[in-house]
Amino acid sequence: MPVVEIKGLRKRFGQNEVLKGIDLSVEPGEVIAIIGKSGSGKSTLLRCVNGLEQFDEGTLAVDGKPLLHDDRAAMRALRQRVGMIFQSFNLFPHLTVGRNVMLAPELVKKIGQPAGAQRASMLLTRVGLGEKFDAWPDQLSGGQQQRVAIARALAMEPAVLLCDEITSALDPELVGEVLRVVESLAAEGMTLMMVTHEMNFARKVSDRLVFMHAGRIHEIGPPDELFAHPKTPELAQFISALNH
Amino acid sequence: MVDFTLWDILRNLLLAARWTITLSIVAFVGGGLVGLALLFARLRGHAVGDRLIAAYVQVFQGTPLLMQLFLAYFGLALLGMPTTPWIAAALALTLYTSAYLTEIWRGCVASIPKGQWEAADSLAMSFSEKLRHVVLPQALKISVPPTVGFLVQVVKGTALASVIGFIELTKAATMITNATFRPFTVYGMVALLYFCLCFPISWWSHRLERKLHAGR
Amino acid sequence: MTLDFGAILSQWPLLATGVANTLLLTALSAVVGGALGAACAWARAQGPLWLRYVAGTYVELIRNTPFIVQLFFIFFGLPMLGVKLSPEMASVLAMVVNLGAYATEIIRAGILATPRGQIEAAESLALNRFQIFTRVVLPPALRKVWPALTSQIVIVMLGSAVCGQISTEELSYAANLIQSRNFRAFEAYLVATAIYLALAIGVRRALNWIGPRFIFGRP
Repeated sequence: MPVVEIKGLRKRFGQNEVLKGIDLSVEPGEVIAIIGKSGSGKSTLLRCVNGLEQFDEGTLAVDGKPLLHDDRAAMRALRQRVGMIFQSFNLFPHLTVGRNVMLAPELVKKIGQPAGAQRASMLLTRVGLGEKFDAWPDQLSGGQQQRVAIARALAMEPAVLLCDEITSALDPELVGEVLRVVESLAAEGMTLMMVTHEMNFARKVSDRLVFMHAGRIHEIGPPDELFAHPKTPELAQFISALNH
Repeated sequence: MVDFTLWDILRNLLLAARWTITLSIVAFVGGGLVGLALLFARLRGHAVGDRLIAAYVQVFQGTPLLMQLFLAYFGLALLGMPTTPWIAAALALTLYTSAYLTEIWRGCVASIPKGQWEAADSLAMSFSEKLRHVVLPQALKISVPPTVGFLVQVVKGTALASVIGFIELTKAATMITNATFRPFTVYGMVALLYFCLCFPISWWSHRLERKLHAGR
Repeated sequence: MTLDFGAILSQWPLLATGVANTLLLTALSAVVGGALGAACAWARAQGPLWLRYVAGTYVELIRNTPFIVQLFFIFFGLPMLGVKLSPEMASVLAMVVNLGAYATEIIRAGILATPRGQIEAAESLALNRFQIFTRVVLPPALRKVWPALTSQIVIVMLGSAVCGQISTEELSYAANLIQSRNFRAFEAYLVATAIYLALAIGVRRALNWIGPRFIFGRP
């Protein structure tokens, strides 16, 4: 059974239709990289998967359970299965790094204080920040903050992790440390859907590449194939623009 | 007990409200003038004067207006001056208002970027020229909304003058209550009358503020 | 003109009781009024439409009427509806209602400054709306507006001097009692005023200390 199954998804902002019928299913352990020009709808698609955006038509299911916007309990159940990492980190400024990671398991999964702290510490170690447990978010570099955000999302043990341009707000020298963490997650079998501008990374890590254009999935397939033999002029132009 | 109709109560309250308005205007205008004088003294930048005025502001902002009214009332008597509730209330509210307004205005002047003073300096302007032509015109614009907003505090502050026996809206309410034994109706009406006085001013102040922010 | 402060200071037990009661009234109304303000701030910022109007009307009614009238309405007026309150209860209620209205607007300003991403991150972590408000939105908002909230609590404390008028035995009541015994009115009120000034400074300091340690959890 696919982890995420999207059928005929349409989304409008007023008169402007940004998603014009998306069909995509993501298998467990699969890494999907979504590329395309800005305004092609790739971030909107990702934000639909955990209900941050409401779609107008079509269906979307996670673990076989349909996403229902009006059912708050069902939305929260779904969000426990879908983790999200944002471009702007969005760490909670009033909580220490450790508490940022512990907050949701404690409130949502009712995990007790010692167990939660232990898990948080383990996850922070996994992203290379074991010694930052008691630091405040604003004492960390952007790359470190983003790695905390990854640990925070992992603490909910999601079935799929959404990454929305997670390196776009970082200084170039900090991009690598974040991507290495994502790469290790992929290697461990985590299901990932990521919108990214890092083409080399997308090519190296993803199982399938999705090229979005004008609100549609324009091409989809193994990354090497897409990069080597683009079938449409739009993708060919997108790739050649990258090389200049 | 005299039988009061609702209209009788309202008419008497409205008559008393004239004194609330009069006291408010006296305190606001008087306080504005004193506050302006203090502001100029402060902008001169003498360390001692600055300290004194800062202490003056802190005393009036850090003590109850009711105590200030009592001190004015009994202090005037102690100095051998003629004391009436009217004089004591006007004096205390004027000083109280001056302390708040001078602080509000100082904040407005302080928010004018330093570069404006320096630019004026570099044009060889004197102190009063800098104030008159560069700083005050800009500060004046941003000072209007909070100044109007403080008028609401003054109007509400006049209600405390009732405690030292000045017959305005609140004192009249107490007197009418004692005659009619209808405190719920009387104080309810009084609250509505204050609301009718204050709400338009609050609303105006908000609108001015929004316009100011939109204009920048 | 001679001033005699000895006659006032010899009555220090009365003054001490007055100070204690003023602080007690202030503490009670700060806690309850602050919570009321936070709840109404939520109602005004994120609640259903009808609740926004209710909270908005409450805020405007209180902010545009004098505290003394609110106090008299509660103490003298409410018994007509069968709600009879002791002077102390009426004082606390009036102070809570008064502070609650100002705190609503102050806290609301902090809430409105919350970046959208903070809420989205909390939603993505499956927190419910109550958890998002109390654990993610409110603490940074309180931190942002703490100076304003502190000032308002001090203003309410100073305003509580009026509660002596309905014979709540707070500081101004003590001053009034002393001057009625020895006819040293000016001195009595001057001493009380000085104590209020010290309290205002002390309460402000205390709140600046308490806030980061116990309210919004970050030094």
